[in-house]
Amino acid sequence: MEAAIMNDNIMRVALTGNPNTGKSTIFNEITGARQKIGNWPGVTVDKKEGHVTYGGKEIHVIDLPGTYSVNARSPEEKIVIDFLQEQKMDLVVDVIDSSNIERNLFLTVQLLEKGIPMVLDLNMQDEAKRRGVKIDIKKLEKILGYPVIVTVARDGSSIKNLLHVFTSISMESYGPTERLNEHIAKIQEIENSGLEGMELQEAIIKQRYAFIDSIMDEAVEVTNAGTSFTEKVDSVLANGVLALPLFLAILYGVFQITFEWIGQPIADALDDFIAGDFTDWVAGALEGAEVADWMQALILDGIIGGVGSVLVFVPLIFILFFCLSFLDGTGYMARVAFIMDPIMRRAGLSGKSVMPLMMGFGCGVPSIMGARALDNEKDRILSILAAPFLTCGAKLPIMALFAAMFFPEDATNVVFAMYIVGVVMAIVSTKLLTAAKYKDETATFLLELPPYRMPDMKTVLLETWDKGKGYLVKAGTIIFAGCIIIWFLGAFNFDGMVEEQSESFLASIGAVVGALFTFHGFGNWEAGAAVISGILAKESVVSTIGVLYGLPDVSAEAEDAIETAEALGATGMAAAFTSLSALAFMVFSQLYTPCVTALGTIKKETNSWKMMFFAAGYMFALAWVVSLIVYQVGRLLGFE
Amino acid sequence: MTLKECKTGMTVRVESIGDSLLKERLMTMGLIPGTTIKVLRSAPLGDPMAVGIRSYNLAMRRDDAEKIEVTQVG
Repeated sequence: MEAAIMNDNIMRVALTGNPNTGKSTIFNEITGARQKIGNWPGVTVDKKEGHVTYGGKEIHVIDLPGTYSVNARSPEEKIVIDFLQEQKMDLVVDVIDSSNIERNLFLTVQLLEKGIPMVLDLNMQDEAKRRGVKIDIKKLEKILGYPVIVTVARDGSSIKNLLHVFTSISMESYGPTERLNEHIAKIQEIENSGLEGMELQEAIIKQRYAFIDSIMDEAVEVTNAGTSFTEKVDSVLANGVLALPLFLAILYGVFQITFEWIGQPIADALDDFIAGDFTDWVAGALEGAEVADWMQALILDGIIGGVGSVLVFVPLIFILFFCLSFLDGTGYMARVAFIMDPIMRRAGLSGKSVMPLMMGFGCGVPSIMGARALDNEKDRILSILAAPFLTCGAKLPIMALFAAMFFPEDATNVVFAMYIVGVVMAIVSTKLLTAAKYKDETATFLLELPPYRMPDMKTVLLETWDKGKGYLVKAGTIIFAGCIIIWFLGAFNFDGMVEEQSESFLASIGAVVGALFTFHGFGNWEAGAAVISGILAKESVVSTIGVLYGLPDVSAEAEDAIETAEALGATGMAAAFTSLSALAFMVFSQLYTPCVTALGTIKKETNSWKMMFFAAGYMFALAWVVSLIVYQVGRLLGFE
Repeated sequence: MTLKECKTGMTVRVESIGDSLLKERLMTMGLIPGTTIKVLRSAPLGDPMAVGIRSYNLAMRRDDAEKIEVTQVG
């Protein structure tokens, strides 16, 4: 009884529409932080739900995937049409980009044919006006028989007006007009005409556009507003030889912001706080509470040291994702896909992989998830398997430490070379996989180039949070548990707590793994243990090395690499590696098996354990071979 | 002639679309026989190409554009 009463008070609204119509902006503006992003069952398509209270009424909003049609040819299209036909919504809102109403009406008409009553929301009114598109709203209502409203996505009063419409409109008083019914009858006629397959589709699509053309003739007036802003910008950013260097300059700017100007200073401050005041405070509290020594060591060295070293990357990763989400919101990332497509294509990928792969320089997890946006299975899998080769934020400190320690003169160049090694191996690997598995598949590429827009800040921030939050979760779960496990393995053996770490479980396991690298120049148990902990999380490699060489509080931060290198130089580490074997270790770390979080994401995104285990084994093998070549060829050339 | 051969700045009308993986998607997005297309530009390395149709811009690879028969109208 109570549930029934509650249901009466909750209103259910679904948003549907084409991509690039500002639909998600409307959703974000309405629901703000009161939303959750999950998955539609069985497919890797985002399911966005949120709620808002307006006029005493609780409104649940679902943001359906943006699609151009509902032919059910893609998972997104199937989700939209199944949802709208199976779920009884109180209201369906079709968000239309007014400046591009002609193509947007295709989905509208198709949904109306299926008998789904809708409110048509003519969004981006301001943009339409600038582009000389005038829509007669009353006429449009009269032709289709359904209510038409007007919004400017980011404008507060528009959103309020929309919420008012949600709660006050009664859809019962609307229904298809004679004219819409005539169109639907014509579609049915075509369906029953005996045509089949593509011919049938072609005839239906032509009839739909004929109907849309008649609507355009009567209700829409387009006056030529001259060359648009977008055209002017595109004539520079997406045209001619200048486009590529400009892209590189923008990319460079993003990395500067992340690693120099904004991200790194915040990370430094956070690190100072965690390693300094916070650790002192906890140490004081533990001592005051007379906690056992081993427990103090576990909490201070194991947990705070380990989890803290991950937390300091959070600002870097969030700043990088903020920049990329912002660029995406302006429409520029579509141009990047456009100008980079020929280059990516030669590597066996698609221009649309550039955006997800760029995230790979922050963290592999959103990079792997970003492959969702790609057109076909081949592009998706190849992009997913390329992402882990890139230098993510967690690999950077490994490179920085080894470079500072063994190549003090050329540290920056050596780190940069490791980035290049990652990119080159991502390409080589994609070529190998294409030749092995996807030789005969042709990939297509079709991409809308939306008008340039000022991104909606709320949307940018929500996207940044959505992509970056996984990293925080990882710090709290896997890394937390991993730190405890590594600490215990390093502190105990079968006889209990050990004096010397070289007698611990970790040393025994590390020795077995280390033996794999006898011909790589780093066949010692410490390196073996570091390799294992790196599968848990790449952040752990540096902290494990620090612990094993007797410096438990080494900073896992690239900025502190020089100090750390100096401190470690005085320990056994300097003798354990030569410059050449250090280089081999760096190359191996750059390329081998991604961390468990990334592996879990591969499993989730490909829905295949096989693919996950393949990725783990394949990348380990590839890294082993390349690293071996580096060491052995280096020796032949006379390097030490 | 096919859309692939069209130069930047040309305005053409679609005559027919040959069978391809993209045919249905292209038509859904408003590229059907009779539609006017403006060739806007090529990516720096000549491929893909960007075209304007029905008041929006679309990028496609030249291999896919080869399947689209057009006649020049301006």
